[in-house]
Amino acid sequence: MTFVAQTLAVNGAKVAFNRGGAGEPLLFLHGADGLTEWPEILDDLAQTFDVIVPDLPGFGLSEAPAFVDDISDVAYLLMDMLEQMNLSGVRIVGHSLGGWAALEMAVRSCERIRSMALIAPAGIHVKGSPKADIYMIDPDEQARLAYADAELGAAAAARALVSKHQNQAILNRIASARLGWNPRLYNPRLERWLHRVNKPTMIVWGDTDRIIPPVYADAFSGFMPSAKVVKIASAGHLPHVEKRAEVCALLRNFLQD
Amino acid sequence: MNVTSFNLMSYADIDLGVKDKFRSAWVLLPNSYFDPVKGHALYNRYLDELELADELGFDGVAVNEHHQTAYGLMPSPVVTASALARRTKRCRIAILGNAFCLRENPLTLAEEHAMIDVITGGRLISGFVRGVGTEYFSLGANPVHSLERHKEAAELVVRAWTETGPFSFEGKHFHIEYVNLWPRPFQQPHPPIWCPSQGSLETIEWAAHPDRKFVYLQNYSPRESVGRYLDMYRDVALRKYGYEAASDRIGWGAPVYVGETDEKAIEEARPHIEMLFNVLLPKASELMFFPPGYMSPESLAHILKHKKANSGGVTIESLMARGIIVVGSPDTVRKQIMDNHRDMGFQELVTMLTFGAMPAEMSQRNIRLFAREVMPALQPLTDREYRGFEPALA
Repeated sequence: MTFVAQTLAVNGAKVAFNRGGAGEPLLFLHGADGLTEWPEILDDLAQTFDVIVPDLPGFGLSEAPAFVDDISDVAYLLMDMLEQMNLSGVRIVGHSLGGWAALEMAVRSCERIRSMALIAPAGIHVKGSPKADIYMIDPDEQARLAYADAELGAAAAARALVSKHQNQAILNRIASARLGWNPRLYNPRLERWLHRVNKPTMIVWGDTDRIIPPVYADAFSGFMPSAKVVKIASAGHLPHVEKRAEVCALLRNFLQD
Repeated sequence: MNVTSFNLMSYADIDLGVKDKFRSAWVLLPNSYFDPVKGHALYNRYLDELELADELGFDGVAVNEHHQTAYGLMPSPVVTASALARRTKRCRIAILGNAFCLRENPLTLAEEHAMIDVITGGRLISGFVRGVGTEYFSLGANPVHSLERHKEAAELVVRAWTETGPFSFEGKHFHIEYVNLWPRPFQQPHPPIWCPSQGSLETIEWAAHPDRKFVYLQNYSPRESVGRYLDMYRDVALRKYGYEAASDRIGWGAPVYVGETDEKAIEEARPHIEMLFNVLLPKASELMFFPPGYMSPESLAHILKHKKANSGGVTIESLMARGIIVVGSPDTVRKQIMDNHRDMGFQELVTMLTFGAMPAEMSQRNIRLFAREVMPALQPLTDREYRGFEPALA
């Protein structure tokens, strides 16, 4: 599937995105590493959806505008972006940091959202169950931890060892820390508003996620009782990469409703 | 030249295996390893050593700030500086430095520094630092905002020390309705401000600005880097700001050990300097040194290219060869510092004469030997002995 790189000025800030496929709009929001590794599941989804994949502010080719200080600013920027592109009935797939951004959008307004599938979303904190500190461990260590499969993890660690000193990886880490440093990848005030998410939502979690432990899936379930929670066997923090076919079928099935 | 005695106040009773077990003596090393009884003895001994430096004629004594680490036991250098305020009589007391930017409200530190300055009748030197990378883990501050907060905090503090209050301060990071410091500092317009650094163009451009002219102190660096960064200060002053930087605006800091002979000095200092660099200094990861946004991507790329993150395994010989430390007989140490002065012209020298797990008796011997055999030759040095600054060809 061919994706086309485009840019859009949102409130004067350059937002870069890739767009591919045909059908109803699907917004994919990436995790804390940005899109240095393109998730191939997006090619699968583009067979049935018009898939829009922005670089979040400061990541990839998107500018880090002065008006983005925290995740709230990111949520408003993405909402403005949907409005500007005149998109409605949008499916959102958000991974990790991107799942958090999706939730921050949804608690503000679900007007343009049709449904959401969130893969190991950040955004909340479960007392006594810390996330891995991705700002302390080196990127190769993080890459290894992100997979349930040791061989896939080792290969990812080797790639991270090469890329971690590249300018783009450094910029992505800065963009991530701007949003997620303190408190670590959550907003203490998000959980109290999660009842405002009134569109169909699915939470997908790898059962051996060592970055954000699967107990977070249950916590989300507590805050959003109508959300569907699915755990993926033998998958880590990137179930959509590690179990691409299985997760793709799951997403298609859920999002096509 | 002013000679200052700096004490890091390491927790010296550390089991050498902990670095391997917990990956670092910073942030991750459980504080159950801190024995308060031993800590009591150490603090008092280290303070005694600084008081001794005052008696022996050092121009200054210095303390600094680190958090959650056995590397240095001063989360608040204000406490140690305050203890020294009444026990020392003539020397300057340098806080090298305090991380104003890590505080929710930097004025709390500004008030404390003003108090020390007034109590000592104007003997305080106030160091403005951002803290090393690990402090951002210990205190939670976002490293992405580090540079911005550092500059804004400094502006706030200098205004608080110099302007008549009450006034309000509206920054990006600090919003303070009432700024009206009681007491104001003793020194006018304010205590000297120093910027200790391990080498950063951003810091130099900021410190050398004509509105500031803060003292730039290059620490813990190979001789070649010390020369490069100190020249950079003079160069930035001249070419970017159009003035000639005075030599009293730049300083060099290094561990120094003086023994009877070169051989004896090396053998005596070896376990302690190697402990400092191999056990106390290493971090568990590169990110612990350089958390995201702590420095610009350009500076980070530059550092990663030139300086491998220290993970241990250095020897005293390599540290000496690179000029990071000065070790030897009185003649050797004197000559090396005078040679550096001739080439670089710094008017501030900050010596670290206690490091690693040095026993008290050994530290004292080092301090006394340095004060008797080396320091008298250094203090009279001026620009007359400096070969002079040659601007790099544009």
